[in-house]
Amino acid sequence: MKQLLVFVKKEFKQVFRDPRTLLIMFGLPIAQIVLFGFALTSEVKNIDILISDHSKDVVTTEIVSKIKATNYFIVHEKTMGDQEIEKTFKGGKIQCILIFPDGFNNELIHQGKSEVQIIADGTDPNTAKTMINYLTTILNEYQLQKFPSSALRYQIRTEPRMLFNEEDNGSMNYIPGVMALILMLVCTALTSVSIVKEKELGTMEILLVSPFRPVMVLVAKAVPYFILSLVNFTIILLLSVFLLHIDVRGSLLLLYAESALFILTCLSLGLLISNSTNAQQTALLISMMGMMLPTIIFTGFIFPLENMPWILRTVSNIVPSKWYFIIVKAVMLKGLGFRFVWKETLILIFMTVVLLSVALKKFKIRLQ
Amino acid sequence: MEEKVIVCKELTKRFGDFYAVDKISFDVSKGEIFGFLGANGAGKTTAMRILCGLSYPSSGDALVAGFSVRNQQESIKKNIGYMSQRFSLYENLSILENIEFFGGVYGVSRKEIKDRSYKLVGELGLQKEAKKMVGSLPLGWKQKLAFSVSIFHHPKIVFLDEPTGGVDPVTRRQFWDMIYDASASGITIFVTTHYMDEAEYCNRISVMVDGKMEALDTPGNLKTKYGSDSMEDVFYKLARAAKRTGD
Repeated sequence: MKQLLVFVKKEFKQVFRDPRTLLIMFGLPIAQIVLFGFALTSEVKNIDILISDHSKDVVTTEIVSKIKATNYFIVHEKTMGDQEIEKTFKGGKIQCILIFPDGFNNELIHQGKSEVQIIADGTDPNTAKTMINYLTTILNEYQLQKFPSSALRYQIRTEPRMLFNEEDNGSMNYIPGVMALILMLVCTALTSVSIVKEKELGTMEILLVSPFRPVMVLVAKAVPYFILSLVNFTIILLLSVFLLHIDVRGSLLLLYAESALFILTCLSLGLLISNSTNAQQTALLISMMGMMLPTIIFTGFIFPLENMPWILRTVSNIVPSKWYFIIVKAVMLKGLGFRFVWKETLILIFMTVVLLSVALKKFKIRLQ
Repeated sequence: MEEKVIVCKELTKRFGDFYAVDKISFDVSKGEIFGFLGANGAGKTTAMRILCGLSYPSSGDALVAGFSVRNQQESIKKNIGYMSQRFSLYENLSILENIEFFGGVYGVSRKEIKDRSYKLVGELGLQKEAKKMVGSLPLGWKQKLAFSVSIFHHPKIVFLDEPTGGVDPVTRRQFWDMIYDASASGITIFVTTHYMDEAEYCNRISVMVDGKMEALDTPGNLKTKYGSDSMEDVFYKLARAAKRTGD
């Protein structure tokens, strides 16, 4: 036990002295979160909208201020004729135009209905649809607020709701995926590299000749990376909560327990890789490249698994991060308890046991 | 009678039909410097691995520090030190930290590590460098340090696998001075080397050819027996008969 402590202490020292390890450990998560959280989001923000208000009455003014109040639009106001519309779009800055016709309020009061025109730049259909949706929602909300009793008479309102993500926070879906990806890469890569490094340097030989039990070498390697990975996970979590404004709805304890389990799975995988190769480069290549692609493709946070052919869906079942992704989504985003994720948990436990026993079996007590 | 620390009886390691080590028998006395020679592929490494408790023999037995390589490997490991040609200290730990780590792994108490490591650093003349990373030291110093670390826990036997590979002649000479000191303090030295001038420094030499131990005597007696005036020549005469080549 004392020997193990000596080993773990040494391992920590080495981690904190190796800039490369530190960069992978802490630089990667931060970069990933920022990347996925801000750059790769499906929501549209800062839309330049031009509002051409020919009516300028109470209602239109209220609607405009409502639009301004959202985070989504940068409002430019200019009253203009139809012939200017195309020219405006060709200018490239304006993405969307909202036109209130003359006498908007009058018509609304006297005829019970009124029309606005939304013109969006259709060159990017996805963005255009999103913008129209935003505006429709704002108008509908306003109507409901203003004429609560009469609203039903006029139209059937559609009220699209993004369940569990009312604000349509696009980074939300990515975060559990990014967590899985980072933990997978960092744990697996660092563990395997640190063991293979000892083999390359020849220190492994010395350790095996020493009274230190060979299996304990693996344990001593796993302990620091387990702790560091939990720290890493905490960083990701803090970034998600404070930078991307994602709430943890479920139990934090459960989330940590499940993450600890997933980290164990990754560590076992790292140990297995390190026992199958003798060169740092190979270990790094296998764990970075070999794990990155399957994780991105088969976890389901970028490409929906439901749309894949059955054979690929079957393959995705052996990717541990897929199950962790499901668990984190359930616990963190939906606030579900353990009884909703016990199946996935069992699968992860099973994977860990299998990986670990194969790794131990392959661990060459005897040197080449 | 002198105390025997290694007693090897018909030790054999077979891989399929291939006899890597073929019934070798020899004794090594306490404090002796025992040279273990042989061309690449002669079976030196395999034999040494068995003696270090890293591998089991197919048949035969050997007692290392009084423990059998067949079933007392853990006890053997507590009583031996090991150093190989590939430099084996941690480059990104300081000299003191390396000593602390390896001392700790061998179960030396913390207080003792502290006392002894300062003494050791003083003996090596490395007081100024004690807190420097090992990676910044020249190779010769590293090797000397590695040797000191391998006998830090006062083992009965230290196994040196080509310890002076790539080291300059002056440092090699200093290295051998350290080996003599260790031997004088009662530590048995079991050393493999390809440098024949180093072989001359040994008390006794064995030469392995094709898994068998073809010669075992003092350097002087071997030279007389084979009518040569250098170990180089003795080795050449013996190794030439080998049918196996390379590792």
